[in-house]
Amino acid sequence: MALLEFKNVDYSYPSGDDDFVRALASASLAVDRGEFVALVGCNGSGKSTLARLANGLITPDGGEVLVDGKPTSDKSALYDIRRKIGVVFQNPDNQMVTTVVEDDIAFGPENLGLPPTEIRERVDWALDCVGMREYAKSGPFRLSGGQKQRIAIAGVLAIKPELMILDEATGMLDPEGRREVMNVVKRLNRDEGRAVVMITHFMEEAAEADRIIILDRGEIVADGGRGLFKTPEVFTRAGLDLPLPVRLSVALRARGIEVGTPLDADEFVAATLAAISAEPIPPQAADACAKPENVLTDDVPQADGEGDAETEAENGGEDEP
Amino acid sequence: MRDVTIGQYYPSNSIVHRADPRFKLVIMLMFLVMVFFCDSFFSFGFLTFFVILTIALSRVPPLKVLKGLKMIIIVVIITTVLMMIFYTDGDGKPLAEWGIFHIYLNGIYASIKLAWRLMLLVLMPTLLTLTSTPTELCDGLESLLSPLKKLRFPVHELALIMSIALRLVPTLIEETDKIMNAQKARGAKFESKNPFKKIKAMLPVLIPLFVSSFRRADDLADAMDSRCYRGAKGRTRMNKLHFHVGDVLAVLLWSAVFVCILFLNYNWLGWEFIAVLGV
Repeated sequence: MALLEFKNVDYSYPSGDDDFVRALASASLAVDRGEFVALVGCNGSGKSTLARLANGLITPDGGEVLVDGKPTSDKSALYDIRRKIGVVFQNPDNQMVTTVVEDDIAFGPENLGLPPTEIRERVDWALDCVGMREYAKSGPFRLSGGQKQRIAIAGVLAIKPELMILDEATGMLDPEGRREVMNVVKRLNRDEGRAVVMITHFMEEAAEADRIIILDRGEIVADGGRGLFKTPEVFTRAGLDLPLPVRLSVALRARGIEVGTPLDADEFVAATLAAISAEPIPPQAADACAKPENVLTDDVPQADGEGDAETEAENGGEDEP
Repeated sequence: MRDVTIGQYYPSNSIVHRADPRFKLVIMLMFLVMVFFCDSFFSFGFLTFFVILTIALSRVPPLKVLKGLKMIIIVVIITTVLMMIFYTDGDGKPLAEWGIFHIYLNGIYASIKLAWRLMLLVLMPTLLTLTSTPTELCDGLESLLSPLKKLRFPVHELALIMSIALRLVPTLIEETDKIMNAQKARGAKFESKNPFKKIKAMLPVLIPLFVSSFRRADDLADAMDSRCYRGAKGRTRMNKLHFHVGDVLAVLLWSAVFVCILFLNYNWLGWEFIAVLGV
């Protein structure tokens, strides 16, 4: 049985007097234990609605949402559902209940009615998980955005949910803060075996997940592994950007250089170097290089000239996706 | 201003800091009542001695405590002056007289006592907030009021409301700043001398502030729901309050002080003689 299951879920928000705006239209998906899923889509595609449906903050108009087989429409099951599905929201300032970091993290376990010693253990554990142990006694207002968001994650983590949904939890953070949060999330998934659904519109983050679900105007238009990036049209049709390495490889492919679909900078460089050294540069690509205003392709031959030995070495360990 | 949440807490590890907040609150309440029973200079001096002792034990720099007096100094001066010039002593002869104003010797004594009383009334609560965090005080209050739960009084909810209010004060101050800047950028003027204009200028700040507060409240409610909150039912606390022998001793000591003050005031058993210095 899937941990979280959406079965043909419809949901509409009231707007104006008698009007409704459809947020989700017969959405079906299932998330299993231990999965790392990225849920991507533009603004208004229904991502946040999906998160709020998942732990029963709202109930679907049609279809049903099941958590471990229990429907969220059953009010008496909500408490158990929320123990299993934790949601971290976008604005950390609006999620803190108390003025001291460790008291705030204790809020969840306190609600579970655990004995004080166990609450203490969970708070310390959650703080360690997000690497914020030394801030246990401080007030949330001395912390940076990334640190606050890590505290918000720790607050949900202390409940020990089986699935954590991060609803644009990195949306308000600077690159440094985003990286902090991403590292914490990846570690939780890998080391603690917790399922994670990362709702985001940063494609670089989505590229780090094992599975990607694309939402477009309330409908799930794609659901698959990282292989989805091999068909970039799926993303662009939903109004989404592509990760920079994917964009670059698309541009290179247009010029006749095939580098596969690398998902981060290192992979991209390795794949590009391999592609260039493996075969002579096709004439149309060489033409493109000759144009001085094209900075991007300008760089490639230089790297090629300097790094012949490196390329050879990297060729061996290289496995193209 | 942003530090309102931590209040003016002065971190230290003194016995006053470590004391159980419940006992501190009880002592505070006793002290406030005591101050109104003080009548003679001796009883004021007697009480002040224990206040100074507590400040010394708390290891908070005395200047920090005295800073608490800053906000009431004007009130103290005004009331003292008024008391001095309007005090009418039927028996004595005025030392000086200008029209309806007159100064009697007893009037001077009475006004000094008034000022002293006001200052004591502010000093101890200042010390309380310097030595306990708002969270501790909230917990202490919740615990002290817990017998009222039997009367269906929503003690837990009240404590939670207090804690959330404290938590949101700095956020709202920040928000107000932001909105004011946004309105200034649109040409709003907040510096008018005219109080009516000033109030009117605040309206475009207050309305967005209200709207955003409601949105915040919604978000917070969602976050609390998501973290399994369902009221006081089945809830436990991480930090249970523990009291020590020292806390009991402190309450006993202050009770003794209270009794002494009562003896001084009412001259029970003719024990007023201990107040040889009294005026």
